[in-house]
Amino acid sequence: MTTEIICAGFGGQGVLTIGKFIAKVGMTEGKNVSWLPSYGPEMRGGTANVSTVVSDEEIASPIVSFPDILVALNQPSIDKFAPSIRPGGILILNTTMCPHGCKRDDIVQIAAPLSDIANEIGNPMVLNMLAIGVIIGKTGLIKYESMEADLTSYMKAKNPELLELNLKAIKRGIEIGKS
Amino acid sequence: MAKILMKGNEAVAEAAIRSGCRLYFAYPITPQSELIEYMARMMPKVNGVFLQAESEVAAINMVYGAAGCGKRVMTSSSSPGISLKMEGISYLAGAQLPCVIINVQRGGPGLGDIQPAQGDYFQATKGGGHGDYRLIVMAPSSVQEFADMASQAFDLADKYLNPVMILADGMLGQMMEPVEFKTPKTDAEIADMWLQHKSWCIQPNEDGDKKHHHEINSLEIDPVMLEKHVNKLYEKYAVIEKNELSFEKYNISDDNEILCVAWGTASRVVKSAINEVKAQGKSVGLIRPINVWPFPYEDLCKAIGPNVKKVYVFELNTGQMLDDVKIAVAGKVPVDFWGKVGGVVFTPAEIKEKLEQALKE
Repeated sequence: MTTEIICAGFGGQGVLTIGKFIAKVGMTEGKNVSWLPSYGPEMRGGTANVSTVVSDEEIASPIVSFPDILVALNQPSIDKFAPSIRPGGILILNTTMCPHGCKRDDIVQIAAPLSDIANEIGNPMVLNMLAIGVIIGKTGLIKYESMEADLTSYMKAKNPELLELNLKAIKRGIEIGKS
Repeated sequence: MAKILMKGNEAVAEAAIRSGCRLYFAYPITPQSELIEYMARMMPKVNGVFLQAESEVAAINMVYGAAGCGKRVMTSSSSPGISLKMEGISYLAGAQLPCVIINVQRGGPGLGDIQPAQGDYFQATKGGGHGDYRLIVMAPSSVQEFADMASQAFDLADKYLNPVMILADGMLGQMMEPVEFKTPKTDAEIADMWLQHKSWCIQPNEDGDKKHHHEINSLEIDPVMLEKHVNKLYEKYAVIEKNELSFEKYNISDDNEILCVAWGTASRVVKSAINEVKAQGKSVGLIRPINVWPFPYEDLCKAIGPNVKKVYVFELNTGQMLDDVKIAVAGKVPVDFWGKVGGVVFTPAEIKEKLEQALKE
């Protein structure tokens, strides 16, 4: 099985990191993975996106034409990428930053005010961890335990409070994904 | 060793260090800057030399000096920077010096842009610098292969006393994939590798006898002597052409209706499209030259199955490897081409559409 994901949003929202964790943790679970960022004259506040592929087979193209999952953290990301989601695919959208939403009815939409929830948890920077949680909760693409183990391995000694905050965000994301 | 998720730029740098590269000279340029950054970080830890030169021209001439001492040395850049190095590369080839040059290609011509492209195929395989010379040119298509090629490139450079270029692109440089590294060469092994160059390289002349000194030179003012030298180079290139062919066959069978040819990043996209038309019951094969010089002319021709009605070349340029494919196919079947330029990378959907059209023809 092959799962193709595009994560997109404003630079600074941590979209590249969402893809990086999916790829890294997917790799530790024995899957083939690729992570292809948009790069170029981009900066905080600009747009950023990353194509991530997780597969049981050898990955041919790391370029994704039709994602199975789109994580859209702002409206421009929906406008640009939502039309290409595979029918039956999943759209995870951050309603705080996506006022117009997405009109497609042939895909599964998980809409939640992710930026607001991140602030509630205590740090806007955990937005990407929330999104990872939603992916885990909805698809089980990677396991929570693997994600926790990875974060713990380098964060526990350095910043245990931030680790707790991140894990809390992931768990909250999982609840949203499952509901 | 466990796999590590790494960018191509970093993976090739790590692999070069593990292969015994202790000298690296370069000048920064996007999209290969992570490579120079990695070298800046890691070279001091292995008592190696990292030097950011004042220009690409200076860097390649530092490579000339270090290679002349018989040491494993590398430089890297991206397209416009590689153009600047071309004079030095011709000198390196003329003086038969082993070294590794990495080109993480971007859009051109001129300063172009910083997105992935394959516009430097001609430059890499057909000259670029002046004079009759050849580089061994390797074209990776994954981060793992990019890393593996670093050690292969150093071995080939040492074996043939010739510069070797790894022709990657911005996508391979920026992309992260799992990579597994070989055990690093020990200091003793690195010293041993130098010994094989002792007979010709520059070194302290311990006995003071001037007859024992070595010269590294690409100047031969006597035409008869230069003729001899160039002919000797060509004998060497003929051996390389015989021994160092490398290519991948993907989905090649007698059922193939189309035979695709693509290299590097482009080949990954073509593979996806081939898998998709395969799901619809159509058979399309791919030949991916792994070394683009020497080019696998005969093997490509042999791969054209009995039902192939067209050879289809896909590149991120306006058709450069296309010329080599035409030489290989020699009019046996029609050769078609489609490409994208300017740093725009084609998608699996676009290639699939091209294949579907061609299958209907």
